[in-house]
This record gives sequence, C-alpha cells and structure tokens, in this order.
Amino acid sequence: MFWHQESETLARPALEALQLKRLRDTVQRLERVPFYRAKFQQSGFKPEQIKSADDVRRLPFTTAADLRENYPDGLLAVPREEVLRLHTSSGTTGKPKALFFSRRDVDNAAELIARALCMTGVTRRDVFQNMMSYGLFTGGLVMHYGAEKVGCMVIPAGPGTSERQLLLMQDFRTTVIHILPSYALYFADFLEKKGVDARKSLALRKAFVGAEPHTEETRRNIEAALGIDVYNSYGLTEMNGPGVAFECEGKCGMHLWEDNYVLEIINPATGEPVEDGKTGELVLTSINREAMPLLRYRTRDLTSIIPGPCACERTHRRIHRITGRSDDMLIVRGVNIFPQQIERVLMAMPQIGRNYVIQIEGLDDLTVKVELSSSGFDGEVGHLTELQNQVAEKLRAEIWIRPKVELLASGSLPVAEGKAKRVIDKRSL
Amino acid sequence: MNTVKLVAVFAENRPGQAARVTGILARADINIRCITVASSGTFGVMKLLVNDPAAACQALKTEGFSATLMDVIAVEMADQPGALHSVADCLAAHDINLANTSGFVANNRAVLVIEVQDPAQAGDVLKEHGFHILTQKEALSV
Repeated sequence: MFWHQESETLARPALEALQLKRLRDTVQRLERVPFYRAKFQQSGFKPEQIKSADDVRRLPFTTAADLRENYPDGLLAVPREEVLRLHTSSGTTGKPKALFFSRRDVDNAAELIARALCMTGVTRRDVFQNMMSYGLFTGGLVMHYGAEKVGCMVIPAGPGTSERQLLLMQDFRTTVIHILPSYALYFADFLEKKGVDARKSLALRKAFVGAEPHTEETRRNIEAALGIDVYNSYGLTEMNGPGVAFECEGKCGMHLWEDNYVLEIINPATGEPVEDGKTGELVLTSINREAMPLLRYRTRDLTSIIPGPCACERTHRRIHRITGRSDDMLIVRGVNIFPQQIERVLMAMPQIGRNYVIQIEGLDDLTVKVELSSSGFDGEVGHLTELQNQVAEKLRAEIWIRPKVELLASGSLPVAEGKAKRVIDKRSL
Repeated sequence: MNTVKLVAVFAENRPGQAARVTGILARADINIRCITVASSGTFGVMKLLVNDPAAACQALKTEGFSATLMDVIAVEMADQPGALHSVADCLAAHDINLANTSGFVANNRAVLVIEVQDPAQAGDVLKEHGFHILTQKEALSV
C-alpha cells in the first residue's frame, strides 16, 4: 500500500532532480545562518558549485559537537516566531542537542511517518498504541502525528507500566504498537509471566520498533513471542526523529526517504564515500526542512546501502539495519566489539531471557549478565553450569574474547523506561 | 512407583535470596519439611519438600522466580547405625548413581530423599529389598 505513490515511486532521474532543487534551496536558506555562512567561507564553498545531488560532497560536515556548541538556537534558520515546536536529543553528557520544527516541518515529519505506516498495511481502521516516551524525545510526538495522519485511533500510552499497557491493549483492541525493542522484549516476558497468550487474547498485528540498534535475532524473538510482524525503523532527532527510513512489507532493509534526505555512506576515518554494500557511517543532509536543516550530519551510525531495486517498487534506496554506532564500539583487550554481536548470540538461546547487561571493569574484564528464562530451568545445578559455559563459549566464537557469564534470576536486571542501558563501562579511561 | 515432588528454585548466590524464597512461601501458607541448597559460583538451587508443591511452585513463579517441580524418591529407613549404608549398598549393587541426596529425621523416623536418573527403577530395586518407598502424603506426615 502506498500513502503517496507518486513520491514513493518517483523514477530515479526525477528523484535526483528533486533532490538537487531541494539541496540548492536548503543551501540558500543556510547562508543566512552565521554558523554555516562561516563554514562556507572557510572552505571556499560557493552555492553555484552544486550542479547535482552528488555535489553534496563539496559541503562541510555538521557534527553532534556543532549542535552542542550552537545550543540553544545557533542553527535556527527561520525567525523564532515561525517555530512551532522544540525537541531535544538526550545528551548523556553535557548539553542536549536542540531541534526546531516549523509548521511545515511538523506536518512533513508526519507525512513521512504516514508513508512508513501505510507501506506495511496500517490503515485508518488500526488502533495504534504508542509506547514510546512523549515529551522532548521525538519518538512519542512525531510518531503520534504520523499515525493520526493515517487516521488510526492513537493511544498515547507512553512507555512503562506494563499492567496498564496490557489493559489498554485488551480494552481497546490495539492492533499496532510503536515500542523500543528492549521494552518489547521485556513486555513479552511480562505477558509470559502473566500467562497471557498474545495470539489468543490480544488483537496485535504489527509492531514498529526503533530508536535502539538491535539485531535480526531480536526482531524474530519479538515476532515469535507476540505472534506479530515487527518492522524496523530508523530516525534521529537531528533529522526529525522517527521516519527517516522504514522497512516495507519485505522486511529487507529500510527505505530512506531520499526526497527529504541526501544519503551518503562514508568511511568515518577519511570522510570519503564507500561503495554500495560496504559498511560505513551514515551521513544525512535534510533537504526538506525549514526551521533547522542540517548539512551532511555525521550520524555516527554504521550501515550500508543495499544495492538494487526493491520488490515493492519504491525507488528510495534501502539501508541495512544499523550494525552499531561508531560511539558504541567497545575496545576490550584490544578487540573491537559491538554490543549487537553479543545480543545476536544471546537472542538465539532460548534458555536465557531477553534482558542482558554488558559490564567492563578493572583491566578489561568483560562480564555478560544474563537472566535464566522460565524454560531454561530443570532444577539441576549441573545443567546451569553447563549453560553458563555454553553462553561463554558461543560468545567467544563471536567476539574472540571469552567473557565471564553471570547467570541471574529472571527479572533481576534493571528494566529501563526509555532506551535500555546495556553497557556499563566502569573502566576509568 | 511412589514418588515425591520437590520444588526446585533458582536463586542468585547472595545474601537475602533464601529469605525472599521463604518469605514468599510463608505468605502462601506453605510448610517446609526439608530444604537443601546447592550453590555453584554466583547462583544456586534450593530444593524444598513442602506440603503443597504445586502451590509453592506457582507462588514462586508469580514473584518472578524460576521454579520447577522434580520427582524424587523418599525411602524410609530405621534411625540406627548402618541404615543409610544398607540403602546405598543396595543401589550400588544395581549400579544406580545417587545424584543429590538429603535426609531428615522426625518422630524417630528417618527419611532419605534421593534424586536418581530413573526414579521408577530405583524405587523398584529398593522395594524388592524390603525398603518402604513413601508416597507424597506419607513423606509429609512423618
């Protein structure tokens, strides 16, 4: 199903012509922003140099540090009275990153979400329970507006209080949820403990998960536990929040809305482009925003372009699920490890639960804390010791380090209301 | 073959865990007849002979514990020197390995609780040698 078939299936030449036009308009708009004007002058960039969308490479990068340094409104590209909304990105340290929306930006962000929901078959007959945090985080409100645009009945549940979530799902026959993958895993456990079979007693059909990098194994785990289709999505506050890229029904990569964003994959060390299919850092230029467009924003998310057309006929290219953030990479005993590698191993083992914590302390001592699942216990201490060794051995095969594995009782690891904190690095660097 | 059900519960090996388990059972009005704890590093397994194993298991699960029921045999022995030896000897003669074993004495009666791979076979062997294998009800009323 298409929300706006013409935009979604625009032939590549027309799409690239639209990108060029919008890129030029954006650059023109940004010449009024002192930060960008200075950057253009420093690098000798002239707007006339943009002759095709590929010329985006001539533009300077924008980084998270630039956003923090220009906090609160140094990158605002419209008069303050044209701003309709403010969102911020959770800064774990120091100042947050602020993003402004004009009226058109709010509407356009909802439009992109509507495309995404529609492409997996969501209609106005659906009941959409939004289990993401409302407030400054874009995952709540931006998605909310998109689901309303489709015409769903939207339940602004927010995250947490699983008892209440379940009650809403039962009483209002929720068919679609938007949820953090870590919370979806927790919620599946919660239902299991309550003895609620989602297939029988709930009307759930689909879940949209995002805002946290996660693995294919996690998707399958949620799908199996709840008996639903789970679609991956990608977004970031700096680019509107959710809705930058979504999966179609094929679940084979996320279509990135190229009429709104110019997409580049670069080698993070050199800044040079990498070829299609190769993993690199995703760099995005928002070409359809008014209040605060950003040029070549370094997302620090690692992904690759999936070459070739998609069966769904959308012409917007697909990116692979995020394999990690360059920030998330851990270096333990000289080995590079992404938390997703550990997750992939854990999610494939039914004897252990869906929550986990990776802890590093002292001199690079890696401990992986896992919970015993309800099916993983037969009363034998010996079997538990074997299971512990098995987890450690499978992890060693994946990350080349044998971590210490702590087997904990179900429910003993902390459950986050927002994004899960999976890595605790206690090393003093 | 008469078997007895034990409640096995997974617990982390740290202070307060046994108190949590026993607290849950106390609130569920469960009486504990016998308990063993086997620990291995950071975790352990508590096994309990209780008056209502199914209710105890459910109460623990509801509170988030991993718990399960296991079938074991309870053999009555004389409370005198050599009694345990005669049971062990009989099992040894039939090449039956004792896994986890515990026992208790009450009202001048001794009960040995044994986990073996094949409770039916072990029970038959012991019965043939004149030992009394207790039912769940008998084990609880000792």
